Amino acid sequence: MRYGMAIDTLKCVGCGDCVVACQTENNVPFGYCRDWITETIDGTYPQVELEFRSERCNHCENSPCVRCCPTGASHIVEGGIVVVTADKCIGCSACIESCPYDARYTHPLGHVDKCTFCHHVRDYKQTTACSAVCPTSCIYFGDLDNPKSEVSMILKNRKFKDLAPEAGTKPQIFYLI
Amino acid sequence: MISTRRQFIKISGLGFGGAAIAASSVKLAHGAGLFGSDDDEQFNDLKNKRFPTYCEVCFWKCAGWTHTNDKGEIQKILGNDKDPHCYGRLCPRGTGGLGMYQDEDRLKTPLIREEKNGKQVFREASWEEALDLIAEKFNKIKAEDGAESIALLKHGTPGKHFEHLFEAFGSETVGEPAYAQCRGPREAGFAATFGSWIGSPEPTDIRDTKCLVLIGSHIGENMHNSQVQEMAQAIDNGACIITVDPRLSTAASKSKFWLPIKPATDIALLLSWMNVLIYEDLLDLNHIKDNTYGFEQLKEHVRNFTPEWAYNITNIKPDQIRKTAYEMANAAPAVIIHPGRHVAWYGDDTQRERAMAILNGLLGSWGKRGGFYLKEGFKLPSYPHPAYPHPKWTWRDLAKDYPLAGMGLTQEVIRASIPEEAGEHKVKAWLVVGTNVKKSIPHQDLVNRAIEALDFLVVVDTMPMDIVGFADVVLPECTYLERYDGIRSATNREPSIALRMPAVPPKYESKPGWWIAKQIGERMGVGEYFDYEDFSEVLDWQLQQIGSSLEEMQDIGVKNLKRKSGSLYFAEGEKVNLPTNSGKIELYSTELAAKGFDPMPKYTPHAEPEEGFYRLIYGRAPMHTFSRTANNPHLTDLKDKNTLWMNPKVAKLWGFETDEEVYLKNQDGVITSFPIAIRVTERIRWDAVYMIHGFGHTNKKLSRAYGKGACDTEMITNVKVDPIMGGTGMRENFVTFIKDNGKGTKA
Amino acid sequence: MKEVLFASGRNIPNVDPQLHAWHWPIPVYLFLGGLAAGLLFFASYYTIIGKEKEMPAVTKWAPFFVPIALVVGLGALFYDLTNKLFFWRLYTTIRIESPMSWGAWALMIITPLSFLWIASYFKEIFPNWSWKFDFLEKIMDWVTENRKVMAWILLPMSIILGIYTGILLSAFNARPLWNNSILGPLFLVSGLSTAAALITWISKDAHERHLFTKIDLVLIATELFILTHMFMGFQAGPSVQQEAAFLLNGGEFTVVFWVFVVILGLVFPAILEISELIGYKVPVAVPAMLVIIGGLVFRFVMVEAGQITRYLY
Repeated sequence: MRYGMAIDTLKCVGCGDCVVACQTENNVPFGYCRDWITETIDGTYPQVELEFRSERCNHCENSPCVRCCPTGASHIVEGGIVVVTADKCIGCSACIESCPYDARYTHPLGHVDKCTFCHHVRDYKQTTACSAVCPTSCIYFGDLDNPKSEVSMILKNRKFKDLAPEAGTKPQIFYLI
Repeated sequence: MISTRRQFIKISGLGFGGAAIAASSVKLAHGAGLFGSDDDEQFNDLKNKRFPTYCEVCFWKCAGWTHTNDKGEIQKILGNDKDPHCYGRLCPRGTGGLGMYQDEDRLKTPLIREEKNGKQVFREASWEEALDLIAEKFNKIKAEDGAESIALLKHGTPGKHFEHLFEAFGSETVGEPAYAQCRGPREAGFAATFGSWIGSPEPTDIRDTKCLVLIGSHIGENMHNSQVQEMAQAIDNGACIITVDPRLSTAASKSKFWLPIKPATDIALLLSWMNVLIYEDLLDLNHIKDNTYGFEQLKEHVRNFTPEWAYNITNIKPDQIRKTAYEMANAAPAVIIHPGRHVAWYGDDTQRERAMAILNGLLGSWGKRGGFYLKEGFKLPSYPHPAYPHPKWTWRDLAKDYPLAGMGLTQEVIRASIPEEAGEHKVKAWLVVGTNVKKSIPHQDLVNRAIEALDFLVVVDTMPMDIVGFADVVLPECTYLERYDGIRSATNREPSIALRMPAVPPKYESKPGWWIAKQIGERMGVGEYFDYEDFSEVLDWQLQQIGSSLEEMQDIGVKNLKRKSGSLYFAEGEKVNLPTNSGKIELYSTELAAKGFDPMPKYTPHAEPEEGFYRLIYGRAPMHTFSRTANNPHLTDLKDKNTLWMNPKVAKLWGFETDEEVYLKNQDGVITSFPIAIRVTERIRWDAVYMIHGFGHTNKKLSRAYGKGACDTEMITNVKVDPIMGGTGMRENFVTFIKDNGKGTKA
Repeated sequence: MKEVLFASGRNIPNVDPQLHAWHWPIPVYLFLGGLAAGLLFFASYYTIIGKEKEMPAVTKWAPFFVPIALVVGLGALFYDLTNKLFFWRLYTTIRIESPMSWGAWALMIITPLSFLWIASYFKEIFPNWSWKFDFLEKIMDWVTENRKVMAWILLPMSIILGIYTGILLSAFNARPLWNNSILGPLFLVSGLSTAAALITWISKDAHERHLFTKIDLVLIATELFILTHMFMGFQAGPSVQQEAAFLLNGGEFTVVFWVFVVILGLVFPAILEISELIGYKVPVAVPAMLVIIGGLVFRFVMVEAGQITRYLY
């Protein structure tokens, strides 16, 4: 069981719904975000290309943030989801330094916080807040180990890329291009 | 502009009576206790409650569920799966709607303007006093000048309650910016062709289309929920999207063809497409013969409008024009030339929409799968009330210069409020609800003079918007999450109804719109039009009439009903019978000809910017609904100000860099109140600059919106009025950049 | 032109627009830790080979700086924690993959031992010193007798302390400036060098001073060699590493790095030390202080610049 996402950049319009839904679902404080939209533009008018990406913690398979945590607060739970146990976190910020995607932040309460693939709702709502709300349905969330899951099927049929593969962390979020 | 008669009052420290709210600026996580785990049971929805509602953040009115936690606070708002407006997915503004409820800058108590030590200030008042004052003034004006002299400027659901009140006491002097400032031209243009308005939501069958043509429409930046969802479905299905836009909009970036057109030349392109389709034999001639009227006249009319002719005007190469025409013809009838929504651009907008409608007519997309479906709505029985009196004059009389005006023209209501400008009908008082006329109406000079001249101005709003500072009486309305409202019943593929019920009691001293209207009505002697104690009685009565009940709707939120008007599409080969003069699709418009206008669109060149000036174009951001959300903390987190998009060549010429701030000055010498940060980007042409509408707020009480970005409305002083229906074209304004605004403040 | 931006208003404190999660306490600690490691290394080495009497500064006086450095350094680290109440969680587990965990435990061993070390010299320095309690007297007597045991423990531990700070940084593969395997040895050598410089400064014995001046010279030479090696590694690496190297070699940190770290912190003191060895009279404090300050500035530059380097955007 390995959770991951396929995000279709051809459909994403960069509206930020995933950011707000995550905020209201997970009580993310104002001024912070667990996921965000990146806009990249290349070319010269009128030969211009534009890409929107909804980014978050990639729940890497080779996660440097779990490796470097001195107390084990940053750990991996079932499905390969990387989570932080708030009362084990001492706030040393090593994990923040170690993330090539800048996915982590220090919560105002002191511990480190980040996307948790909404694993607190796994019981009854098999998906994440961002995936459930996206108006273009461009976020596919599911079990990458199951070849019949929607996310596995779409990765079979489409070209995709991941971010900063040279950082060597084996991210589990793939962008369909 | 500060008038001595009615000064703009900055609401500072007032309106905070009532329950003190400890609003901490940091929303903290629940359950992060010293020894607690991060599995937090508060997110287990089985413990939370949910209430059905439909969103009021924009006009799309998506139905959803307001979830409250075990403290009774609103936790989140999710979409209703059964709702055809959103299919369970709200847009970022709907998801962030709880911010409107939580916003500590909300209006809290009624306010009354008074003079104190030579200065005009607001003082807090009780509802009794405020309502009594309003009724007294309105009754006086009704007695002296007639009820018609009291005008209603409105937007959204609360507007319906006040429209009922106004009709009850005898006034149909009404205007909403959504008509003349927004979609009016397309309603007139498509009505002249197909006999009916487009309406809301647009009956475009995007999810099944093979070719979607957007003329300046920026689906994806406008978050018209089901339109965006269906466009994503169309992309999944491999549909061809053609975007005609001087800017690389989000939709343009996902298009097979992006035609980077020179601004103001769209009609030329549309005419040349007609030329290609007709003269290169790409049309279904049976359809033309059976279902259209005026083909021969149109064919003659577009004879010389070749792609080569259009190239000179639009900067789009002839082979691109032909290729895109072939795409459309190939896809026909599953093709949509999208009518757009805000189309009040240059003053000939009804004719441009006519051209778009004609193209749809030629390609046969009206009433066809993948084109335009035949929408159906549902009319709920009205709660019984006495017949409305007949006013001596209505908005129609104010709009009589514009033969095809289908709704009240706000600028005519405003003009009638200025004694020097008014005709025989004069407006003496306004009630403004749900619209910030200081930002939504161009030609602010007129608005300011009107406000100055009015006898009485009442503003009903949830937030201290700019217009609030000019009111004589301010009434705080509660947000949609705290009230009942009319049943939503919009047109769609299938009719549906949706319930709005409160999830939490109104905060502070705010009250629902229906209550305010009823209270005023009772004081004006029309209480018999409000024969109920609570609006839920009205809803229950209406629902009982159609075999449902308030209880059922509270349980399900949305009820989808069966179509009664026949099939969603015309059958193959079915001859159409439309409510036009000829009964057919009018390529040659008899209606326009009869009123003395061009029966077929012509291209007229429009003004171009002088050297050093750039055309100002504006649009939406998907996370905002202009003023309404500019202070919402969830949404200011996503975007808290607008920026000025500028082509790198222009930036180089002027020596500007991204994030550098400038003031804008337009062709009439008006300078923006606040500077705006520049965004150097390849997404915009070199002869235009682009900014998002709805920022640059001047009311300090909007703690998150004050002074952020610049207000484009200030720059729109040259208004090109559409002679057919009175639409106010706003895109013929040009700006230049200055660092020093002459008031001693340098950018 | 290429344009990359956050379209959702992301502006996380200390992360955007550039990562700056570690502030001044970290380089301060790295410096003090390296200094302490070096001092302990020399103290324990010379104790083990039985040269305590000949090297009083090394084995008796210099170690007094160690507890101070460690307490101040750890205090700085504690101050930097954002979830201070839970700091004790560090000591509920050992995580082999986390260099910070090694460091926490190494310090857990070294700090008390360094206190014991200087305590064991109290009777020598203050003849009338008494430990008040009988059992304490017995323990301290044993400790003083068997200082070599402590030395044997402290020798490897001090190497771990000196090198782990570099390994800690190099384990962050997200930060191209740090992500090279030379950083560990570089920090160790730098720590030893600052320790040697401090010893030459406080030593009253000419022979000791001479020896450590020579040792320091060797260490400075080694450090320069490793630095060259590191830059060559950057040049041969991926473009992100080349950009990282550029920060120090053309970018905003060029002046600070070359002037304060390389020239004033390494080359110039080396020249002074050579002149001293040849026979010129050089005030000992000058090269020593320059080396020590150079070491501190070097840590600051590495921590600041490293956070700026990144893979994305």
